[in-house]
Amino acid sequence: MSTDGPDGSAPVRHGRQPEPLIPDGPARASANVCQAAGCLSMGSDQLFETLRAAVLARGLHDVAVRRVGCLGLCAAGPLVEVPEQGRLFERVHPGEPKRTEDLVSSLAGETVAGRSVAADPFFSHQVKVVLERCGTVDPERLEDYVATGGYEGLSKALTSMTPEEVIAEVVRSGLRGRGGAGYPTGLMWRTVAKAEAPEGKYVVCNADEGDPGAFMDRSVLESCPQQVLEGMAIAGYAVGAHRGYVYVRAEYPLAVKRLSSAIRQAERDGHLGPEIAGTRFNFQVEVRIGAGAFVCGEETALIASIQGGRGTPKPRPPYPASSGLWGCPTLINNVETFANIPSVISRGGDWLNTIGTERSKGTKVFALTGAVTNTGLIEVPMGLTLRQIVFEIGGGLAEGRKFKAVQTGGPSGGCIPESLLDMAVDYETLAAAGSIMGSGGMIVMDDRTCMVDVAKFFMDFCREESCGKCLPCRVGTEEMYRLLDRVTTGMATRSHLAQLEDLAAMVRATSLCGLGQGAPNPVFSTLRYFRGEYLAHIDDHVCQAGVCPVPAGPPAGATEAALAGTATVSSGGRP
Amino acid sequence: MATSTFVGRSAPSDDKRWRQVDVRMRRLGYRPDGLIEVLHTTQEVFGYLDDDALSYVGESLGVPPSKVYGVATFYSHFTLKPQGLHTCVVCTGTACYINGASALLAAISKELGVQPGATTPDGRVSVLKARCLGACSMAPAVVIDGEVHGHAVPARLVDVLEKL
Ligand SMILES: Cc1cc2nc3c(=O)[nH]c(=O)nc-3n(C[C@H](O)[C@H](O)[C@H](O)COP(=O)(O)O)c2cc1C
Ligand code: SF4
Ligand code: FES
Ligand code: FES
Repeated sequence: MSTDGPDGSAPVRHGRQPEPLIPDGPARASANVCQAAGCLSMGSDQLFETLRAAVLARGLHDVAVRRVGCLGLCAAGPLVEVPEQGRLFERVHPGEPKRTEDLVSSLAGETVAGRSVAADPFFSHQVKVVLERCGTVDPERLEDYVATGGYEGLSKALTSMTPEEVIAEVVRSGLRGRGGAGYPTGLMWRTVAKAEAPEGKYVVCNADEGDPGAFMDRSVLESCPQQVLEGMAIAGYAVGAHRGYVYVRAEYPLAVKRLSSAIRQAERDGHLGPEIAGTRFNFQVEVRIGAGAFVCGEETALIASIQGGRGTPKPRPPYPASSGLWGCPTLINNVETFANIPSVISRGGDWLNTIGTERSKGTKVFALTGAVTNTGLIEVPMGLTLRQIVFEIGGGLAEGRKFKAVQTGGPSGGCIPESLLDMAVDYETLAAAGSIMGSGGMIVMDDRTCMVDVAKFFMDFCREESCGKCLPCRVGTEEMYRLLDRVTTGMATRSHLAQLEDLAAMVRATSLCGLGQGAPNPVFSTLRYFRGEYLAHIDDHVCQAGVCPVPAGPPAGATEAALAGTATVSSGGRP
Repeated sequence: MATSTFVGRSAPSDDKRWRQVDVRMRRLGYRPDGLIEVLHTTQEVFGYLDDDALSYVGESLGVPPSKVYGVATFYSHFTLKPQGLHTCVVCTGTACYINGASALLAAISKELGVQPGATTPDGRVSVLKARCLGACSMAPAVVIDGEVHGHAVPARLVDVLEKL
């Protein structure tokens, strides 16, 4: 049986699946078949079965055929890695028998084929902490996770450390939140640990991943859900909470399925539930599914949504750390933040602290997409330059096009031009350049992208997702969208541009939550680096990228329209 | 079941699918904060949420109708109208946008004569937008009846839609 994802995304199989092939002794060669969403949508589940049957038919008793999570190079799927040979097989479409045959003869040791992993800059520049087991363990087998050191961090914390020692280790690691704002994780934990809680505390994992076109958290949950659960349980011990929630967006049915199965298995083997690791600590985790509202990634809205209501933000303070779910102190961290924790505890905070830059420690996972050759999921040490990411890991622009900008931070982020490509990627540098680290979306744009249209695209997103609670965001995003639309259709004058800038500053300063405060960012950053493109639309009726329907000829109509006035107030947003 | 004596708690019809909704509510202990979870289940089994469904769920969980309606309309995942026989979901996430999703959506709307979010008058196809289908590496992506079409170009998709 198979059902569609709620929005029609790749079908999720619920039926019984064939077991992986694992030899009795050590495997001479293994075929690790990616079973994350990207490859699944290209038929990798069928590939797994075909491959399994082929290996059985050839009688290769010392060859393993296993399911693994995302192998990183998602664009080249369906992907199969043969780690013993250091080879990656790309585009092994189940409908093309030749490619499967090549792979099988390589597994049999007859030929050596596939892409060599060791020398490939896509892999060699990466440092894996969060994605350590992505693509090496079976996402649905707790045994795999435990065999690779999983749950060692939790048992170390429970049996040999006090909660305060755990927090001190997290502080020492220098870890900062990976969900966007970059708040020091250890300090957040300490605040929640100190909060008075007559009715208990909660730990919440934010897996709402609202940035459209980013898939870091999804890949982590689909590839190694146990690592996130272990991080949450360690957090629960540190802050004194016994209940946890993972809030996952509805668009991620496969992540929900794997997470739920991971929780059941962890409870069965005593890594979650009562008396964990033979101690008196107990911790339970439940999954809550979102329902398609970007604003629910904001922490107060997320809390309202878990409680079954409309996800509208509330003014802070009070912060969730003192009054969150059902009024109890609540620790909220992002998926990737939690996925860092097991290593921080098992290897020590100092270990993570050696990776990265002065103020940004550790690694960051990015979903590298857009006009770049190697699109996929990457993890890099903080401080790598954008140029290294785009041109070495990403392999440069696809089809030999010319680089124009790279967008980070999604709808609250910004576009970084070529002149800043040598910038180190960390929280402060990105912010100084007018963008944000964000959750990890990184979209490469070439000369066929119009930067005004990009600003309009993100504004369209924000006006649709505005919850409508506060006026500056509800009306401001709508108005900014109209002004941008004027520019792209050749109906704007320079005074419209001035209006846009004023409005953007006002919305940023007066909106209630991060959605409204961040919405003007794409406008500011494109104006900062690509003002010439705005002016070309306005003064010369030219869209250099050839995207916008600017009518040729003098902008006479635009002037008239300007006189007629534009700032009509409308009420956008939701009912 | 239709003649249950618990007025306001009996299912709107003797359609067996209500049992699944009832089971979900019971598992959640009829707690009002389970509203979103129950609406998910209801939409999964019936395809959409009609007035009967909303008032039944609300009454069962003790949530006032205004709040049930407020929640059902706030979240874009919930739909109050039945969907067409086929669904065509066009991704409008950033990766797909950069790779030409707007032109794709325009071509599909034109071909079928419906706006995104609507269903053809004959009830055959619903055209929907999604933020990201998880196939960013194959952008632009379109999902037709659960099947992913990567690197989609307008002409080929129109072909697929005609053959539905
Ligand atoms: C509009 C909006 C959307 C957000 N979306 C997300 C999200 O999808 N995932 C996430 O982890 N954090 C998101 N955040 C940030 C969270 O509010 C919060 O800062 C974060 O979950 C804290 O975890 P961290 O410290 O581990 O990053 C969003 C914030 C805003 C204002
Ligand atoms: S800023 Fe926007 S999203 Fe945030 S509360 Fe105000 S209206 Fe809602
Ligand atoms: S989904 Fe298969 S490599 Fe990423
Ligand atoms: S942005 Fe379209 S599939 Fe991700």
